Parts: sequence; C-alpha cells; structure tokens
Amino acid sequence: MHNDQVQGSPSHQGATGTQAVDDMSRSFAFTSRLDALVAWGRKNSLWPMPYGTACCGIEFMSVMGPKYDLARFGAEVARFSPRQADLLVVAGTITEKMAPVITRIYQQMLEPKYVISMGACASSGGFYRAYHVLQGVDKVIPVDVYIPGCPPTPEAVMDGIMALQRMIATHQPRPWKDNWKSPYE
Amino acid sequence: MNKLETLKQNLAGQFNIANYKFTHAVGDDVLEVPKEDVPKLLMHLRESGQFDFLMDVCGVDYPQREKRFDVVYHLFSSKDASRLRVKAQVGENESIGTALPAYRGADWFEREAYDMFGIKFEGHPNLRKILTHHQFVGHPLRKDYDANLNQSCTTSLPIHFNNEPGSPGDVLNDKYVPLNIGPAHTAMHGTLRVMAEMDGETIVRCNNEIGYLHRCFEKMAETHPYNQVIPYTDRLNYCSAPMNNIGYCKTVERLLGVEIPPKAQAMRVILAELSRIIDHTIAIGTGAMDLGALTSFFYMFGLREQVYGLFEKLCGARLTVSMTRVGGMAQDAPEGWFDEVLALCKEIRKGTDEMAALVLDNKIFIQRTRGICPVSAQDAIQWGYTGPMLRACGVNLDLRKAQPYYGYDALDFDVPVGTSGDIYDRYLVRFEEMRQSVRIIEQVCKNVPGGDYTIRDKGIVLPEKKDVYGNIEGLMNHFMLIIKGLRPPVGEVYDATEAANGELGFYLVSDGSANPYRLKVRPPCFAIYQSYPTVVKGAMLADAIATIASMNLIAGELDR
Repeated sequence: MHNDQVQGSPSHQGATGTQAVDDMSRSFAFTSRLDALVAWGRKNSLWPMPYGTACCGIEFMSVMGPKYDLARFGAEVARFSPRQADLLVVAGTITEKMAPVITRIYQQMLEPKYVISMGACASSGGFYRAYHVLQGVDKVIPVDVYIPGCPPTPEAVMDGIMALQRMIATHQPRPWKDNWKSPYE
Repeated sequence: MNKLETLKQNLAGQFNIANYKFTHAVGDDVLEVPKEDVPKLLMHLRESGQFDFLMDVCGVDYPQREKRFDVVYHLFSSKDASRLRVKAQVGENESIGTALPAYRGADWFEREAYDMFGIKFEGHPNLRKILTHHQFVGHPLRKDYDANLNQSCTTSLPIHFNNEPGSPGDVLNDKYVPLNIGPAHTAMHGTLRVMAEMDGETIVRCNNEIGYLHRCFEKMAETHPYNQVIPYTDRLNYCSAPMNNIGYCKTVERLLGVEIPPKAQAMRVILAELSRIIDHTIAIGTGAMDLGALTSFFYMFGLREQVYGLFEKLCGARLTVSMTRVGGMAQDAPEGWFDEVLALCKEIRKGTDEMAALVLDNKIFIQRTRGICPVSAQDAIQWGYTGPMLRACGVNLDLRKAQPYYGYDALDFDVPVGTSGDIYDRYLVRFEEMRQSVRIIEQVCKNVPGGDYTIRDKGIVLPEKKDVYGNIEGLMNHFMLIIKGLRPPVGEVYDATEAANGELGFYLVSDGSANPYRLKVRPPCFAIYQSYPTVVKGAMLADAIATIASMNLIAGELDR
C-alpha cells in the first residue's frame, strides 16, 4: 500500500524543492504535538507493579494469564520493583500494618506514576469494616482508578486499565495526586 | 463414651481427676481441667502416645464470668482419628503454663491467643504480638473491644528475631549481614516478611513476621449472622474458596444436628475436589515460578481458567463462590453441568500429566528441590503439619480416609505419601493428589444422586424465591428467618475437613443467638509456617525461597 504511494511520489521522479520533500514525508511521517505523542507512548507501555495481597491478587494473575492476557494492552511487563514500574495495581486488602509499607513503595516509584485500586477492599475496605483493615488505600496514597468488585472480574480490570489509558491520553488533571502528601511526614 | 472412660482410667492414677470434668457433647469429647494441670496433662497425653497432634490452641472470652477466659486445646490422634478438647479457665490477670514442651506447634497459637485476648502463657519464650501491628493497643477479640475501632500504624518494625536459647534475640550480630525480604517482594506472595542474618549465602538465623493481611475474620464472624459469615470464609484460602464454605457449613450443620441431602453432599464433594485441583495448580505454578520457570505458571493458569468456567456456570462467580448454605447448597446445578465436569476431567488429567512431565522431570527443578530442607515425620507431627506437607514426610493421614465425611469412604481413591519430606516430594504429592481428585470427581459425577439440593427446614433454610413471591407461607418463613436469624442451640463444636493445605478446622461456640459467639479457624498453613525459621536454618537463601513456595502459604488463612 505504501509502496504504491512512494513509487508514485514526485521525489522518485527527480523533482526538487520543498513541495517534493513535503510530499515525500507524507508517505512515512505524520505531525503531532509532542505531548500527545508522549502520552500515546505512556498509555501503551504501562509497566504494572502488581501489589497483590489477597484474593484480588489471584484474579490479577488471571488478567496476566493466558486467557485474558494483559499484553494486548501493552502492559505485560510486570515489575516487582517499584523503581521499574509506573503503574501500581493495589490488588487486595490493605491492613493498617501494611499501610506504611505501601506508602513507601509508592514513594519509591518514579514519575510519571499511576495507581489503580483493584477491588472493594483496596477501594474502601470492602466488607471488612474492622479494627485492623485500612478503610481504602486512598487514605494513604492517591488513587487514579477504582475498580469495583470482590474480586473484580478480569474484564473489569481491563476496563479499569483502559479508563486509565484514556486519562493519560487526554491529560486529565489529577489534583488528588498533585496535592498528595505522605501521611507519615 | 468409651474413649472417655478409658481416658478417665488412664488419668486416674496420676492426676487428681476429682476436679476434672469429663463430658461428651455434640459428638466431641471434652475435658475441663484446672489451669495448673494443663502443661503436665498435655505432656502426659502426648508421651503416653494417646494424642500426637495439637491441632489448635485458642481463647474464648466470657466477660461476665469470674475467671474470664477459656483456653481451649484441640488434640488429635492419628492412630484412631479421635479428638479431645481440653479446656481450662484463666482469669484476666492470671497466666497459664505454656504447652510448648509438649507440642512445639503450640508456639504461634499461644502467641495468637496472647495477641487476641491478652492471655499470658508462662514459660513461652516469645510471647509477643503476632497478627496485629506493634502500635496496636488492647486485645481485639475481647468482647469489650469494638470491631470498628481502627488504630493506625505509622511505622514498620525493624529487623528482629525470636528469643531462642543461645542466641541474643533482637541484638544483631556484627559478623553477619541482616537481610529483609518482603512483605512487598515477589517471592513473599504479597504479605509475608522474612528477616534473616546471612553468612554469605547461608542463613544463620531467620525470623518470619505475619499479620500483614489480618482482616479480623474472627471478629467479623462474631458480628454477622451465621449465613453472612459464608462470604467471609471464601476469603480465607481464596485459592480454593469452596472448601472453606464447606468446612464452615459442615461445622454449623453439626451443631444444628442436621444431615444434608445426598445430592448436596455429592455437589460439595465435586466442588471440594475441583478446588483441591485448582489450589494445587496455584501451588505448583507459582512454586515453579519462584524457581524461575514461568511457563508452568501459564500452563497451570490455563487449567485453572477452565475450572473457573465451571464455577461461573454454577453460581456466577469465578473465585469467591459462596456456593454452600447451612443445610445444603445455594441452588441446584444447571442442566448438563455434571457432564461438563466429566468432560473437563479428561482435560485436567491430560494437563496434569503434561505439567508433571514439564516440572517433575525437569533437571533444574530436580536439582533445586530434591533433598532440600527436608522435614522428618516426627518433626512434622510436632509442629502440627497436615495435608500434603505432612504426607510428603511419609505420614499417611488424610481426613477423607481417617474421618470420612460426605461419602468419601465409599469412593475409590488413594492417598499419596512421600518418603523424604523434601521440597520435591511435596510437589510429587500434590501432582498425585490432583490425579486422585480427578478419580473422585469422575466417580461422583457418574452417579449423582437425585433429590433436593438442600434441606427444607424453615428455621434453617430460606424458602425459594418463587415461594417468597408466590405464596404467603413462603413470604412469612422468609421474613421470620431474616428477622429472627438462624439460631443453633447453645453449645460448641470442633469440626475439620481435609482442605487443600491440610486440616481446616472450625471451632464454633454458640450462645443461642443469631451470631456465632466465637468462631476460631484452625488454618493449616499457620501451623506449617511457624516451623519455617527452623526448617531453613543453615540453608542457602535460594533454598529458603523454594521452601516458602512449597509450603503454599495463603495469607488469607494464615493471617485471617
């Protein structure tokens, strides 16, 4: 398809001048705003850090697994070091004991960074209205996307990841993140 | 009463049994003793060979009583599968002697009772918090602690060790390198934390901290009606959720004194065995992944997804199914479901053989696991190992054979046992158990009994929706049961099933109200994981990772 255009283009027939260069470049290049290009790259190469603490972690394995295959969204490189990841997937209940740990993990991640709260427990404590369960991970770190479910189906998780991709592509403002301060400082 | 009489005669010479109370209630043998006698009595029961396992130690709080707490020990004999419950009363400012000299497995159970109730165990070397965080004030399972009272935690504890004879406790040794692994580490499965002192690559000493997923299951159970506890049980061992449902419902049914219809039994057996299979797929898949083999994980998950498909057809959920109800199942299986299970059995059999060839015959896998960190049968029993971990040590104990329920005794299957108790044997046992589970499912599926899927006692089971909306009697029964609640008689019961990881026990105390008064879970991997520092002492770091994977620790049931 491209070959036809290239062969038919004036540049191959020895034409000179800006017109010719312009025509030629149309066959293989396009123009865009730089930030849109960067956003496109970011949204299609999210490197998740699965912070699977409980049942949701098992469902997140399904999302990474052969049937649902998150690789189709450019997010198959699961990194277990926060320094190599830009998407923190909080999959599972966060207890009071775990809260300082996950805050530290979040602080270790490099910018730009995003957080998905997967499941009822991570989003609000779920049905554990209990003495040792943090009532939502957003009490300690800023969350971009909440995925409902106990645990959410893999389809729901993908929906959440696509929602995050749209947020990245449209440069949605994230005041919850910009105004975030560590609760322990 | 025969066993109790024998026990009475046996104890008569050595103990002052005039103060003892022997009772037989709801099918359990119970022995109430003064607290001073407990350590000596437990030692005698073990040394005389009557009860080789200490399955569980827990507390129960009765704030109105003069001596506030009950300390409850559950003993088990692998010889004749008999059980004994030993109870002693302890006041709020009193202490009770530790059971550690008799049973090493009492270690974490006593720490838990201390953490949850503040019961002091005299002579326990490491009586410190285990599940709640270090800034937590109070004892949450006491009746006067409000379930909603959160206490936030601001720091993590630094590396610390247990006080063992000959080692300096929390003081770090300058000669060695302290190493912290987890809780946010791949090999730690999300919520485990291991702290070690390393001499090069060798672990000199090691300590493990748990509680990062302590979701207050037992407190939640006390604040919810019986049927609403079922979804919480799903999330104990979430890799095989139906088994927890079954274990819990079986316990409540025993206290109620009802027997579920044959069809419900058959469905429970099928669900349990399917769960065993998918639990082992996770154990093997992630275990091999921790050793560097990612392929097996993808293969195993393919298998797991197919079983999820069956669960979805049955109830709509994939992972946390809540399929059982007290008295039977929540609903009948859809048409043709049993045939689909049979068809899937062929796939599972093929997949298991393929995976066994890929993992068990792999040279690297063999070299990484064979002869690594073995546990002897004697130690395993002392620690309270059950399930595949125990059978890998060569002990032939499976509750499906020893204490058959739901018609397991009529089914033809074998119990695989290992010989050396090393990591390789644990996987060998798990693979063979998957094959045996397929055999069980096939036998049950070919002869599914007809009839109802639940009992129809209007004081226990809600009427079907068509009756609730269709006739006044159904509506009334529904209303009454919701308002009044399911109320088992006053009493207590301990019941256990063979879950994928071992003996999953529920100790239920009812005061006749609509909520359980106390529900204690005996999680199989809790007993197993407490042995970890001892098992990996002197091993290489990489072998410690392989060990932790082979123990198949599920944080949901470990921390509850």
